[in-house]
Amino acid sequence: MTAIQKKAEEINQPEEGSEVGGQYLTFMLAGEEYGVEILKVQEIKGWDSVTPIPNTPEHVLGVLNLRGAVVPIIDLRKRFGIDNIPYGSTTVIIVVKMQHEDQERTVGLVVDAVADVYRLESSEIQPPPEMGGAIHTEFVRGLATVEEKMVILLEVDHLIDFGAVGAVADNAAQVPDKPAGNDS
Amino acid sequence: MSIDIDMAEIVQLFIEESMEGLDIMESGLLNLDLGAADPETMNTIFRAAHSIKGGGATFGFTEVSEFAHHVETLLDEMRQGQRSVTREGVDLLLQSVDCIRDMINSLANGAVDTTRSKELEVQLEQMLNGDPPAQPNEADSSAPESTESTTAASIDDVADWKIYFKPAAGMLKSCNDPLRILRELKQLGKLEVRSEGGDQLVFGEFDPEESQLAWQLELTGGVPRAEVKEVFAWVEDECELIIEPIATSVVATGIVEKPVDVAAAASSDPAPEQVADAEKPQSTPAKAPKKAPSGRPESSSIRVNIDKVDALINLVGELVITQSMLSRFNGDFDFTQLESLREGLTQLSRNTRELQESVMAIRMLPISFAFSRFPRLVRDTGNALSKKVELRLSGENTELDKTVLEKIGDPLVHLVRNSLDHGLETPEARVAAGKPETGILELKAYHEGGNIVIDVIDDGAGINKERVLAKARERGLVGPDEQLSDERINNLIFMAGFSTMDAVSDLSGRGVGMDVVRRNISDLGGHVAVHSETGVGSKFTIRLPLTLAILDGQLVRVGKQSYIISLVSIIETIQRSSEMVNEITGKSELFKLRDEYLPVLRLHDLFGIEGDCKNIDDGLLVVAEANGQRVGIFVDDLREQQQVVIKSLEDNYRQTPGISGATILGDGTVALIIDVPGLIQLYYERNSSPSLSTIAVA
Repeated sequence: MTAIQKKAEEINQPEEGSEVGGQYLTFMLAGEEYGVEILKVQEIKGWDSVTPIPNTPEHVLGVLNLRGAVVPIIDLRKRFGIDNIPYGSTTVIIVVKMQHEDQERTVGLVVDAVADVYRLESSEIQPPPEMGGAIHTEFVRGLATVEEKMVILLEVDHLIDFGAVGAVADNAAQVPDKPAGNDS
Repeated sequence: MSIDIDMAEIVQLFIEESMEGLDIMESGLLNLDLGAADPETMNTIFRAAHSIKGGGATFGFTEVSEFAHHVETLLDEMRQGQRSVTREGVDLLLQSVDCIRDMINSLANGAVDTTRSKELEVQLEQMLNGDPPAQPNEADSSAPESTESTTAASIDDVADWKIYFKPAAGMLKSCNDPLRILRELKQLGKLEVRSEGGDQLVFGEFDPEESQLAWQLELTGGVPRAEVKEVFAWVEDECELIIEPIATSVVATGIVEKPVDVAAAASSDPAPEQVADAEKPQSTPAKAPKKAPSGRPESSSIRVNIDKVDALINLVGELVITQSMLSRFNGDFDFTQLESLREGLTQLSRNTRELQESVMAIRMLPISFAFSRFPRLVRDTGNALSKKVELRLSGENTELDKTVLEKIGDPLVHLVRNSLDHGLETPEARVAAGKPETGILELKAYHEGGNIVIDVIDDGAGINKERVLAKARERGLVGPDEQLSDERINNLIFMAGFSTMDAVSDLSGRGVGMDVVRRNISDLGGHVAVHSETGVGSKFTIRLPLTLAILDGQLVRVGKQSYIISLVSIIETIQRSSEMVNEITGKSELFKLRDEYLPVLRLHDLFGIEGDCKNIDDGLLVVAEANGQRVGIFVDDLREQQQVVIKSLEDNYRQTPGISGATILGDGTVALIIDVPGLIQLYYERNSSPSLSTIAVA
């Protein structure tokens, strides 16, 4: 945390640039390094128990009281379909602001650990390759290489599904005892 | 005019004030006794019309101000007793009020439709010119019309004008600047100004805040009289004003303007097109169906009584004192001070509670804002149905939250219309039933245990239970052999698509009413019930929370989770042994509560969480009601009751079935608030077999 703060102070002038260039906060998830645009990040807080919301997709862990605001918390491992690990001392919630239909929403993302802050020029960022497998490409803004490591840059706005219609579909998939599932 | 004021804001203020003025006019007109009008009421109506005219002119809404001027003219004659207050006159004025309201509403969009106002203008002029005053005041008949009525006709009267303008001494204090007036006049034509009166001033003695001057003005260049008058519209009560054409010179020493007979000549020669138009509106009845301004705009500002603000300031002061008292313990605290710390905390909690109440009170408005439209509505609807109705209002000062107030208007209108249309009988039928000819419709508002209750009571025929039941069976809402209690039958009218009225009338009978009423009310967190006795009348009771921001809740526990159920929807909490619960087709569980079988909603099943109690014997059943449907919600345990602040889940997430919001408990954790109607719906969706649900959809 302090490392991030130091880094953030070091480069706290937000740079005007192209859409994808700028500063990225990176975090670890199952051994991979992911990045989100730092201007989207509101704060980082330690893991705290949440209040589950019934009948929501599994990756929505529940809601948390963030200084009077009720904020949904998403487990990124579950969102990406990665195997769960028990939450440990480095597990943190990155609170990000998402833009959805002209409305800004605050959402918490549970990740394994925070890593670093990088400044990336748009020229350093490659578009995501077509890939099958664990991660939907719609979440991925691009890929970058920092110090020989690959960093996956995420499209924050697409990480959570706010649509009411989507809720029904998600429910059907997530709630096993729903009678609609066993129609003949 | 160097001060840069946000005009849009002022225009908004004008619109809001005009709306208030129109409401005042409307209620005043409805209260007028025909024939013998109360002068005070007349004056109130006149003043409201006058301010609208003045405001309209100031902001350049000439359509509004010109039309309001005609209305004002008629009102002035009534006010001064030159014209008796007739039903036709009041009807015309009421229509004019509607018209002005429409015009002002459309101001926001820019374009003002003047076709209706022109029509009414002609009717107004006709009444002013054509109809002889029904009760001519003594010896007035020779020249009564010359004062104001002619000005209407002389709007097109273009001439050069000689104006004598002497502001009253106090005019400056009402923020009217004579210079502004002169400047405006100058824009109309060539203006010559000569001032008088300054020579009497004694330096050192005169009050600089009083106006001492008078002006002789000559305005040339062919200016319509109306435009000249508009310039003085704001100040005409506060000055001596003589406006006369330059051609003639009549010495007038009157107080307010004394129009000149030249204008009377013009009145006998109205524009030909007006004559042609005049035939048409006469043939159309005054009660021509008009588009009611449905859904009055929700105003975003609020007027607060100064007492409430003062109370708030007081409380904040106390809070600051408490805070400084508590901050003493910040640095060095030893246990001898424990008692005073406790005291301070008690005081803090009292301050907080009082502050909360006061802040809530700011949003509270008397329900008269919602009731005010009913005298008019009842009158118009009663006329249309040729029924005699007396409207009784009580508890108009009962306060409730502004948001609730704005949203309760439409359901109330619906209920009142319903009572007028279906409930109250025609005078003949009433006499035949041995009741007085005039039906009584009562609107009552009062507080009851943290809720506000609104009753809509009529002494009409009541709900015809046989017909309702027959209709329900016909529609398949009730099985052919099913027996229902009277209460259940009465509440059938709230089902969707239900109407017993054989003929679809303009007012009601389409069957899209009562279910919408019920839904709107439950959206506000309230509920509606009906009690009816055949031949005696019906009573609709609406129960609403005082505010939408805070809810009286019961905490219930399921496993590790706490949920909140609104106390309004809870009827009782009971324990049932498992023998008393029957399972039907292996899916639904029913239990008997007195004479009714109610379904058991297992919260842990519906929400897919681990509960401590699986067996009915161990847990509790919270009997809750929503939309006339009662259910037993099965929970592990009851916890405390408390007031909770409602937080939206949608702000950061989305709507979730069965959950209406969230709140933050004292320990900082989030608890979800259960939406009882949504929960019931969730239950039925889960339990209906696919085949059944397809039938329901088809």
